Amino acid sequence: MTAAFVAGADVPLKRRLRRAERARQFRALGLVLPLLLFLLFTFVGPIAGMIWRSVDDWEVPQVLPHTVAALSSWNGQGLPDEPAYAALARDLQAARASGSIGVAAKRLNYVVNGYRTVLTSTARNLKALPEPGTAKDTLIGINPAWGEHAHWAAIRSASGPVTSYYLLAAVDLTRDPDGAIIASPEDQAIYRDVFGRTFAIGFGVTALCLILGFPVAYLLANLPTAQSNLLMIFVLLPFWTSLLVRTCAWIVILQSEGIVNGSLQWLGLIDEPLRLIYNRFGVYMAMTHVLLPFMILPLYSVMRSISPAYMRAAASLGAPPATAFFRIYLPQTIPGIGAGCLLVFILAIGYYITPALVGGAGDQMISAFIAFYTTETVNWGLASALGAVLLLSTLVLALVYGKLALGRQTTGGLKS
Amino acid sequence: MSANHSPRTASQRAAWIATIVASVLVFFFLMAPILAIVPLSFSSGAYLTYPLPGLSLRWYEDFLSSPRWMLSLKNSAIIGVASAILSMVLGTLAALGLAQWKSKWKPLVLAVVLSPMVVPVVITAVGVYFFFAPLGLTGNYLGLILVHTALATPFVVITVSATLQGFDMTLARAAASLGAPPLLTFRKVILPLILPGLASGALFAFATSFDEVVTVLFLAGPDQRTLPREMFSGIRENISPTITAVAVVLTVISIGLLTMIELLRRRNERLKGNVA
Repeated sequence: MTAAFVAGADVPLKRRLRRAERARQFRALGLVLPLLLFLLFTFVGPIAGMIWRSVDDWEVPQVLPHTVAALSSWNGQGLPDEPAYAALARDLQAARASGSIGVAAKRLNYVVNGYRTVLTSTARNLKALPEPGTAKDTLIGINPAWGEHAHWAAIRSASGPVTSYYLLAAVDLTRDPDGAIIASPEDQAIYRDVFGRTFAIGFGVTALCLILGFPVAYLLANLPTAQSNLLMIFVLLPFWTSLLVRTCAWIVILQSEGIVNGSLQWLGLIDEPLRLIYNRFGVYMAMTHVLLPFMILPLYSVMRSISPAYMRAAASLGAPPATAFFRIYLPQTIPGIGAGCLLVFILAIGYYITPALVGGAGDQMISAFIAFYTTETVNWGLASALGAVLLLSTLVLALVYGKLALGRQTTGGLKS
Repeated sequence: MSANHSPRTASQRAAWIATIVASVLVFFFLMAPILAIVPLSFSSGAYLTYPLPGLSLRWYEDFLSSPRWMLSLKNSAIIGVASAILSMVLGTLAALGLAQWKSKWKPLVLAVVLSPMVVPVVITAVGVYFFFAPLGLTGNYLGLILVHTALATPFVVITVSATLQGFDMTLARAAASLGAPPLLTFRKVILPLILPGLASGALFAFATSFDEVVTVLFLAGPDQRTLPREMFSGIRENISPTITAVAVVLTVISIGLLTMIELLRRRNERLKGNVA
């Protein structure tokens, strides 16, 4: 005990301090660790799993393992040899017995339309395993599709373990039977439109929020604190009101028997009710309402920190008010405008509930499609791929936002 | 800081008046939904139109006597309180750790901790749905509580961190120099001072869970439907006046939460003012 104490005293103070500091750092990390582990399980892990699902190609290797193995030696030209046919017959028999054929049929149907019928009808009509050497003729006899290159190429392209199929499909691309990347067929090429629409709505909502939010933020920032605190309630109260409540209220206000149409008709300004909801107008209205506080608050905090001395200096040097505003005031609000716009845009492109409730069929944003493929058609690969694209767009923008916010802190520190 | 606006010239005055007019219009836009829906909830008629045929409390009665709405209220309360407690514990520990931790990895860790706020909820919901389904965490409270905690914790981390920034660490050092072990220092010195921050973090977390509907759409079974979830189906099908009553109840709850947080914030500001 004493020896240890003495030994400790021998260590230079600097090193002991360093050791104590290191222990403190470990303790600090230990405090953050529970949350990190929790998020790993409830957030990071699930999202990583989703991204993996967007490239995971498990169906065909699991249901048709022998066929996949037999096709690995096929050069992809013409038709495969007899052993591949025999393996397919074996796999189909087993898959029919275990009831797993639908899984592979669904996956292959994405590649060649109508594959589902080919696979299930072949399995149904395959009474017994064909005699050795006759598998090719038997299968082609049951369904001539097995004599077509495309059906074999489809199995080969879906034989895993990973596929670019879903990610390509999410940006309206596909592969032709030879593996070259080409544009998706017209009837499936809808996602670029959906992403375009999502970004367009995000952009429109951001612009509306900026136009409506700027004067409010300016007013709040330039009023005496007591008054601006009072008026801030008008911004914070809607901000805190449930999203569902606000969406519901907009429907009540804008629907054809709603308040706006009712008043306009009562005033005799219109004869027929205007169509204000379940279309793009309704989406803009409701989303701008929901996101406006996210624009006002960062703008307000930046404007609040702008010293009036600059404007006074500009005026004293003879600048007309408009010039002073555009040359002196506006540039100083850029960090707030940037932060507010990015924040609103990031939140807007991820919106699901509001467009789902107040939009028409043509106003659904990308989130609605992700939800649709997850719960309705159970095309989890495509849902994940669309999710991955949306996530990537969001993270890139969030990174820019982070840099901007950080930059603001630094310049703020320098200025003061 | 707070610049009193003192317009000097006529054109400046005109610009200032224009700002006021524009702001009043925007305030009206912001308040319109609440203003529109509150009177309708007291209507005696079954149509959501003005003028009201008469006043009554029948839609509130309908809400309070409906087993479906009451179940959803109970579900929202259970999930909200549980997520608030869980995220308060995890978020406070993390905020305490982050305040002391110095490392080049800190920005990355901070990004991960705050990312549930940024990632579109639908992505979180889909990922969690895939991940939780095989584990039996769909169709029960636990799965929803876990994911709501993940979504709410960033708000706790932010609020508690903000409180810690104003916290005078010499107080903790003083306690330590007088021989208090770290845990005792935390309980007797740090905790009482950051308690308002903790409380507002917990309220934020509760509000996040209470208003969340996307993950509930994916993870909840018929027995875990929350208030926003019932509202979602109600709005999808047909907006009955009962929904307007529910909306007003929810708005009153929001106002209550907002008031509490605002009071806590003012208290914290005052404390900071005293320290400085």
